[in-house]
Amino acid sequence: MTDDKDVLRDVWFGRIPTCFTLYQDEITEREAEPYYLLLPRISYLTLVTDKVKKHFQKVMRQEEVNEIWFEYEGTPLKWHYPIGLLFDLHASNTALPWSITVHFKNFPEKDLLHCHSKDVIEAHFMACIKEADALKHKSQVINEMQKKDHKQLWMGLQNDKFEQFWAINRKLMEYPPEDSGFRYIPFRIYQATTERPFIQKLFRPIASGGQLHTLGDLLKDVCPSAITPEEAFQQSLYALCNGIWSGEAENNTCRSCAVPGGAE
Amino acid sequence: MAEAEEQAPVSPQSEGRSGAGEEAPERTPESGASLGVGEPATSPAGSPGTEDPAGDAKKKIDVLLKAVGDTPIMKTKKWAVERTRTIQGLCDFIKKFLKLMASEQLFIYVNQSFAPSPDQEVGTLYECFGSDGKLVLHYCKSQAWG
Repeated sequence: MTDDKDVLRDVWFGRIPTCFTLYQDEITEREAEPYYLLLPRISYLTLVTDKVKKHFQKVMRQEEVNEIWFEYEGTPLKWHYPIGLLFDLHASNTALPWSITVHFKNFPEKDLLHCHSKDVIEAHFMACIKEADALKHKSQVINEMQKKDHKQLWMGLQNDKFEQFWAINRKLMEYPPEDSGFRYIPFRIYQATTERPFIQKLFRPIASGGQLHTLGDLLKDVCPSAITPEEAFQQSLYALCNGIWSGEAENNTCRSCAVPGGAE
Repeated sequence: MAEAEEQAPVSPQSEGRSGAGEEAPERTPESGASLGVGEPATSPAGSPGTEDPAGDAKKKIDVLLKAVGDTPIMKTKKWAVERTRTIQGLCDFIKKFLKLMASEQLFIYVNQSFAPSPDQEVGTLYECFGSDGKLVLHYCKSQAWG
């Protein structure tokens, strides 16, 4: 784990420079200046945009302000996906800063979940952690933790405290020395080319022959359509995980994003 | 895609379809039908091309719904549910079935431990957390597990 610390830090402190602009049809009393922010990849949009909301509300009449939501080039951005995933999925080819449009009206009920308070984000985040531990340790590690440990994970994320978060999360990433890995590796594969939701299956870290599985093995196994033939795979598919491949994500589920690229 | 969107999302599970069957399913197709949601899983009416039982089996999975605490139970516990049905879709169905108000909250849990997000598909959950050929989900009107 200590060897990985630099990578964990790089993942944790990954930022995306972003420019927020108010949607043109929103009614304002004064002109709304764009707002710039460095967004943490591992966090959630609605968790880190209080300042954005305040900034635009200043120029709007109270009655014009409903639940805030975000959009990039016509696609509503799901707040319950980590920010880095949203960027890799929808905007990885864009020039920086990432240009996000802010809305206060016409909430797209079909596309987005409501997020009326931080409690909703916390519940979602903890559910992800629990689901991941169900796969890694049959929920044993998360269940043995105390309430305050769960809280510390959440507060670590909310307040961007790397040490605070990892002091607890370390336990979730361990396995007994007699085992050679987790029971299953929690992962989700999101594809930029399809409207279908993510792919998630059971996947063991070790092959039946005893050798360690690679990311390539995983992709071959769970989304073969994306990677045949082998040569095409090399050229046309980038697997992105937190912008890099690290194998450990802050909500404990490795989110990999298959983005077609190359020949253009 | 020949599958009509309006096709019954959830159907009461008939006997003998799944090997497990330890919970003798009480079929109440009438009540299901009156709600416009139920039909026996073995007759996929209105969906051409599903005569092939193997194809049908692939499309639908068995879900066992269990109430927690003082949340009303459902007489029919085992349902055949389309893989692509979301947790939100299932939640709406249970609410309708129990005649809960739309505004009432309903929480759904996997493994009695975590609440999947509303846009998660039951097919995916079945792949990862199903056992004995079915997915067991608990539902509750209040938050049951953190």
